[in-house]
Amino acid sequence: MRSRRIILLFASMTGLLIAWQLLIIFGDFPRFILPSPGDVLKRFLEIVRDGSLYRHLLTTLKEVLLGLTLGVSVATVLGYLIAKSRWMERLLSPYIVASQSVPMVAIAPLLVIWFGPGMLSKVLIAALIVVFPVLVNTVVGVRAVPEDLHALMRSLQATRWQTLRLLEIPAALPVFLGGLRVGATLAVIGAVVGEFVGADSGLGFLINVGRGLYDTALVFVAVFVLISMALVLYGTVVLLEARLLTWQRRSGD
Amino acid sequence: MHPPRAKSEPILDIQNLSAVFSDGNGDLRALDDLTFSVQKQEFLCVIGPSGCGKSTLLRILAGLLPPTQGNVSFRNEPLVGPRRGVGFVFQNANLMPWRSVFENIALPLEVIDTPRSQIQPRVQELVELVGLQGFESWLPRDLSGGMAQRVAIARALVHDPDVLLLDEPFGALDALTREQMGYELLRVAVHASGGRTRRKTIVMVTHAITEAIFLADRVLVLSPRPGRIRMDVPIELPRPREERVRYTPEFGELAHRLREAIG
Repeated sequence: MRSRRIILLFASMTGLLIAWQLLIIFGDFPRFILPSPGDVLKRFLEIVRDGSLYRHLLTTLKEVLLGLTLGVSVATVLGYLIAKSRWMERLLSPYIVASQSVPMVAIAPLLVIWFGPGMLSKVLIAALIVVFPVLVNTVVGVRAVPEDLHALMRSLQATRWQTLRLLEIPAALPVFLGGLRVGATLAVIGAVVGEFVGADSGLGFLINVGRGLYDTALVFVAVFVLISMALVLYGTVVLLEARLLTWQRRSGD
Repeated sequence: MHPPRAKSEPILDIQNLSAVFSDGNGDLRALDDLTFSVQKQEFLCVIGPSGCGKSTLLRILAGLLPPTQGNVSFRNEPLVGPRRGVGFVFQNANLMPWRSVFENIALPLEVIDTPRSQIQPRVQELVELVGLQGFESWLPRDLSGGMAQRVAIARALVHDPDVLLLDEPFGALDALTREQMGYELLRVAVHASGGRTRRKTIVMVTHAITEAIFLADRVLVLSPRPGRIRMDVPIELPRPREERVRYTPEFGELAHRLREAIG
């Protein structure tokens, strides 16, 4: 099952590369419009060698991870409060829904003006974009805890903390992790949006530089590295799910 | 008046109990002016038609719902909330799907902060009592209905409560499994007196007349909504009860009387 999936993935990627190369051969595009796979690889090795890729990757990764941590923490706490209290829901949900109707690209410049072009503004943008899906899933997950299991915990005179630890967290975890999957990939987008607005390092900054110099191969490299980062983050959450939710998996999977 | 095996000492005392639920369309009276008591070590079955407030009554006795009117006392003290001396078995097994059989049974001990070293042997004891050896690490999704309900009973007994409340525990099981579980319940909670297991006080809600007669020391018949006590019948069949007792004339007579009372 597993090796078959890997073969399929490998085959489709090879197919794409061949199609790309054929496009270069028969399309006769100038290199600044569409570089060949070889050009991109060459550019990749160049910036690996001079250490700049590592520096930009590290900047973006830090922003993403810090933003994700911050966003998930805020979303989990708020989500729990909203799920447990009608009053909190009435107070907070108008703001949360309103915040979703404003596109992040519109707020990003403000945050860069307020918090400077450094890392902080990117972390905040990534966090803001992560909050919504994680919050919504936290609310749904906590609300879906079966009423009879709550009654069971009450019949045992469980404390609030015991109910949280023994019932609510494990019961809400599958839905919560679904939100985290989305959040993890959105955090990458958030960091890059922030870097586009104003930054002096990071993969988003690298894309901006490459665009300015018509160094299209560099743009490709940065985009591929970003995709890989998002995939690794997503994969980490999937692994986490497989680890934590063994009880959900059917024996046939 | 009281059945022979139960000591005449009330553990639960219910005075003029009424329960009213309010929804948008007005009030719904579920229970109306119930007065009765449950003696220590007595097995009481509450039967009645669907929707007569049986489950509501049980939840009030568990301290999970407050009564609208009237008083409930537990060991001569007003019952104001859930008590740890009470074990509750729900209609469906109500297990935590992420916990194994062993971990589900251990839950009450974890909540009352039992030292780890004591949890293991006590849970093992219960696993053996309900006959689930070899299934300790199974997850609820892999259990049959009967097995899941055994786990639920073991969980309700693990912290050794004096009172066991059962809310139609075998309602979802097929007829044969249901009878089997009745024997099991008698074995683990009633017949196994002496030694470490004291005989439990049991209140069980059911809608099966023969199940109630077979298990109980006393049967309370509730009327359709709002639930009132229609009949309070002692069951003086000898214990330990065996399959044979189901086919005696006394059994048939009792079944007939109860059936008439339900209407």
